Amino acid sequence: MSVIETRVEKLSTDADTGYSAYRLGSFTFRRDEYFAHVSWPRGSHIIEVDRFLRAMVRDIGWGFFYGWIFFDDIFGTTNHYGTVDIFAGSYDKGCKDAGIDLLETFTAEAVSEAFETISRDWISEGYDPLNAPLETGTPIGPKGAERTDPLLRSFIAADRMLGLPGDKSVRTVEDGFEVNRAFADLEFDTPDIECEPGFEGQLHAINLFDHIARSDITWNPSISAVTRGNICCVTSEEHMLPVIHGNDRNEWFIQLTDEIHWNIADKNSGAPRGRVVMKAGDVCAMPADIRHQGFAPKRAMLMVMENGTPGLEKRYASGELPPYPVDFG
Amino acid sequence: MAYRTATGSLDAYTKGVIELQDDLRKYAFSNVFEVAGKAHPFERVAVVQNLEYVAEVVRSEGESGWYAAPHDEFALVMDGEITFNFIQLEDEQIPGHAGGAVQLGARPNGPAMGRVTARRGHQVLLPRGSAYQITSARPAVAIIQTSDGPVTVKRWSEICVLEGE
Repeated sequence: MSVIETRVEKLSTDADTGYSAYRLGSFTFRRDEYFAHVSWPRGSHIIEVDRFLRAMVRDIGWGFFYGWIFFDDIFGTTNHYGTVDIFAGSYDKGCKDAGIDLLETFTAEAVSEAFETISRDWISEGYDPLNAPLETGTPIGPKGAERTDPLLRSFIAADRMLGLPGDKSVRTVEDGFEVNRAFADLEFDTPDIECEPGFEGQLHAINLFDHIARSDITWNPSISAVTRGNICCVTSEEHMLPVIHGNDRNEWFIQLTDEIHWNIADKNSGAPRGRVVMKAGDVCAMPADIRHQGFAPKRAMLMVMENGTPGLEKRYASGELPPYPVDFG
Repeated sequence: MAYRTATGSLDAYTKGVIELQDDLRKYAFSNVFEVAGKAHPFERVAVVQNLEYVAEVVRSEGESGWYAAPHDEFALVMDGEITFNFIQLEDEQIPGHAGGAVQLGARPNGPAMGRVTARRGHQVLLPRGSAYQITSARPAVAIIQTSDGPVTVKRWSEICVLEGE
């Protein structure tokens, strides 16, 4: 795997729409009023622009996350933790058979810079791809006024536990985080903490549901608690996960409220395997050899358990570890 | 539009579905309320396993023994109300095994640190360097984020959906 040392390059600006086109390595990116177009020497691909931008900003915000992020069945990225593949058709049988697929590897910094540059250019005021569709405007049409607020809100990553002194804060109304309309029916109280004299501040608890309910973005896990490499992430999910995730390790979902429908497919070929519908209290592993995409009819709370042990992706890729988590004996 | 958030409890939960052309054991699909409902009080049944790490489901009912771990653990209450009592441990009292909670033989010597009473949605730090006891007047459910350890109970074949329903 050779890394292409290059940076994003601005090509031209469309006089009619006002959007610019960009190149990174052999990939070029342009958009029109409705679609993003990705081209490479032997092929090209079209993606609905809302989906493209929702995927792109999350991909950067997640730091390319664990493993494969498919914007759709054709285009996406793979995280190698320091370097990132951009691929087109590399995990699609039709493209592979036709010999038109392309995969190039860049530094994570170069891909992040490219995706942020493209997103900044292609996102106008009134549209926030991190919001649920019901809570934001549309990206279609010609370029409008550029947004001046931060485009990306990376996930909150607690070092030990949210709310501890010196650690990341829980969301509060004082910080501008109102309870989302979809959780307005819940009552949120605070845990009762009673410390004996001399132990003030040494016990800790938070209302995690309140923290999740105040998230103003969707499909964006944030770390709430860490036990060594055992990472607990929480997120609020509404509408559809705008990417298809193929993890490089096993991960687990615990449905805290409401329901999410997951479509499951083979990671390498994309061949459908079926679906899982998770309701409140359900627990399900996502094996390391699948790709999955979630659909949440109503905003839902989800907990994701990840093993963040460095180098784990190599142990799964080599076959040292099986692509499923439980030994039934 | 008014929304109604669906939550679960020991008394009322609806399990989802898993429809896959695959070995369902790979997905280890279960439900925390169902697992807790069939467990003995304070059994810590694994519902998540990520190599050496687990999440355990516990049904709290009455008073547990005392537990300690060589690392932080976290409890998320999913149903009911649970009080966690804490005692500070001296360095030599902190368990030295690889990971996960261990049940102590009795209430350890040491000063009481206090207590946390938590209800649905509350996440509680069970800090390294302390021992804790779990208590509740009525049945309640928590998920404990920890390592695979001496008190982790595994009965995957009993708790997981293994065939299409």
